[in-house]
Amino acid sequence: MSLNQKRRVFLKGSLAAGTLGAAAGLLTPGAVLAAWNKNAFTSKHIDEAIASVGGNPVTTPSKDITIKAPDIAENGAVVPVSVATSMDGVDTIALLVEKNASPLAAVFHLQEGTLPDVSTRVKMGKTGDVIAVVKANGKLFSARKGVKVTIGGCGG
Amino acid sequence: MAKTIKIRAKAKNGVTTVKALITHPMETGLRKNKKTGEMIPAHFIQEVVCKHNGKEVINCEWGGAVSKNPYLAFKFKGGNKDDTIELAWKDNQGKGDSISAKIR
Repeated sequence: MSLNQKRRVFLKGSLAAGTLGAAAGLLTPGAVLAAWNKNAFTSKHIDEAIASVGGNPVTTPSKDITIKAPDIAENGAVVPVSVATSMDGVDTIALLVEKNASPLAAVFHLQEGTLPDVSTRVKMGKTGDVIAVVKANGKLFSARKGVKVTIGGCGG
Repeated sequence: MAKTIKIRAKAKNGVTTVKALITHPMETGLRKNKKTGEMIPAHFIQEVVCKHNGKEVINCEWGGAVSKNPYLAFKFKGGNKDDTIELAWKDNQGKGDSISAKIR
């Protein structure tokens, strides 16, 4: 390939990349995505997952955390879970499902002014505890609630 | 982009409640296709960001254990009627979507 041709190819390539970037514009979480905590989400142990999120695996059980989840979930694929706390200075709430292959389900990073009250729906493979870990003022607190699952949500 | 997000934000007594539903398969990567026996590749949302008037209020990291067609609800202090709420998600295959709505 002559030098000139190479230059054509190069130009084409960079042009295509440019348009792609523009299309992806708007509000994209891309910058933060690079930090997506792969270790935490793929770890098989609860302690490991908590440590990857909060820095250390030691949590203090707290009565100030309320987990709202059904006692019996008919369908483990959709278990509504709410976590709320009366604590101040909460910056992170993590949601773990004890018996799942990778226990960590979700991490919520709250900004100042955001109330420590989040809800979502998670999958549960089998009967077990839902664990909420709250990081407030640099300390880790946790609470757990048992949910009985009659049909698992992680199998085929 | 296809409309994958439904969002409602309501301001009441100085607190805004945001509820969002996202249409997404949320495959864990651990499931098998029953007919072929092949693994279904992982495809789930990794990141959800929500902004109020351009300022970030919540930033979620999700794993495959969040249910299909995920639901997210949260509250933040402040926020008035007609303020702008933006929500965006991005999955592990690099796809994403965003929406902008007004607080009611």
